[in-house]
Amino acid sequence: MPPVVGWAASVAADDPRNPWFSWQYIRKNIDSLTTALEQHIALTVCAVALAAAIGIPLAVLAYKFRGVAGPVLGITGVFYTIPSLALFALLGPVLGLSFRSVLIGLVLYALLIVTRNALTGLRQVPAEIREAAQGMGYGPVGLLWRVELPLALPGILTGIRLATVSTVALVTVGTLVGFGGFGNIILTGFNSNFYKPMISTGTIGCIALALIFDLLLLVAGRLVMPWTRRRAA
Amino acid sequence: MSIWQQAYTWLNDPLNWTNPDGIIARTVEHLWISGAAVGLAIAVAWPIGIWLGHLGRGGATVVTVANLTRAVPTVALLTIFPLTAIGFGPEPIILALALFALPPLLANAYLGVREVDPDITDAARGMGLAGRQVLFRVELPLAVPYLAAGFRTAAVQVVATATLAAFVNGGGLGMIISRGFGLGLASGGGQVVAGALIVIVLCVALDGLLALFEYLLTPRNLRRTRRRPPTAADALPSTR
Repeated sequence: MPPVVGWAASVAADDPRNPWFSWQYIRKNIDSLTTALEQHIALTVCAVALAAAIGIPLAVLAYKFRGVAGPVLGITGVFYTIPSLALFALLGPVLGLSFRSVLIGLVLYALLIVTRNALTGLRQVPAEIREAAQGMGYGPVGLLWRVELPLALPGILTGIRLATVSTVALVTVGTLVGFGGFGNIILTGFNSNFYKPMISTGTIGCIALALIFDLLLLVAGRLVMPWTRRRAA
Repeated sequence: MSIWQQAYTWLNDPLNWTNPDGIIARTVEHLWISGAAVGLAIAVAWPIGIWLGHLGRGGATVVTVANLTRAVPTVALLTIFPLTAIGFGPEPIILALALFALPPLLANAYLGVREVDPDITDAARGMGLAGRQVLFRVELPLAVPYLAAGFRTAAVQVVATATLAAFVNGGGLGMIISRGFGLGLASGGGQVVAGALIVIVLCVALDGLLALFEYLLTPRNLRRTRRRPPTAADALPSTR
């Protein structure tokens, strides 16, 4: 937590002591801002990676076995309906006020986005292509690895991008259990006599982080799937 | 005593229900704030979405706006709005919640009108209906299932997000959770868990209720055809 004592901040719109943006604040608090940034990145990357590691196999299962699709989408959908604050309030006291509690909550939310998009991507593989591959002698595993998954990659990547952007915004709620990245900055600012530079810096940090992640994933996608680049050109 | 037993004990105390800031009062407050936000968002989103759908333009803009709002944390708007000209009170909270309800309402209203079979609108025009009549007598009735789906998504999202108002002391059921944290987990842990359970039950019940509502509003013949493969990208509400 950054030092908050002694700020005579006020709500008045034109108070020079409480501007909407202040380089001085950023310079003086670069350490706490860096800590918040690191926490925000760590939570986002871990949550999305775990959600992908669980969600993509789930989508494959749901794709291969029709009966699995309903329960998988239903259960992940119920998690998605639960408000984040309530989930963190449930995980916090049960698992402790820890990084892990926030991470589990974030994974549960990202899971639905990743799974649904991956499943959509897999289902969009044209039946003719699947049949042609089977005719060429691909077994079920080869078909999945060499044909279906590569063709579903755009859908999978869309899911990961959406999940990442949503997760970056959602991490802020983790401040409830003390691990909220820039959310800690925003709410500490609000609770420190409405100190506006903290609120705005935290908000800008969040949005910038989401956009940077999105851009990185977009570029990564282009690199991994050169064929989509050619088609777009 | 385990945390679950503490939560059970807290829920079993009638005073925790009937207090001036008890469960009943907080639920009423929660639903009032949510209702105002959804109403405001509908008043803005439906006319715009339906009009854009009727013109068949602006689809890319709708999707871009929806995706951009994903990157903005609710917590940020909830803390920023009270400090602007809007001032403190329920208004900034209602406004912040309404902003996040716009994308699903807008996208579904647009899609609902846009997805009407062009053969049907052509036939209506051929029968001599003017543009406005096509909109009100043909496109809008056919868009009702989409409008209901958008309403469900937006309403559930707003009721869920309204818990975050507790971060800025803005009332609603989230206050039960934040007060519990204020007492410290040792003595307030049960209250935190109880508050979380109440919010979860409310959201899941509302989602189920509105799903039924959506089903009933969908004409019988459309019920089976609407089971499209999930189009996750646009249909998903943003996380809250």
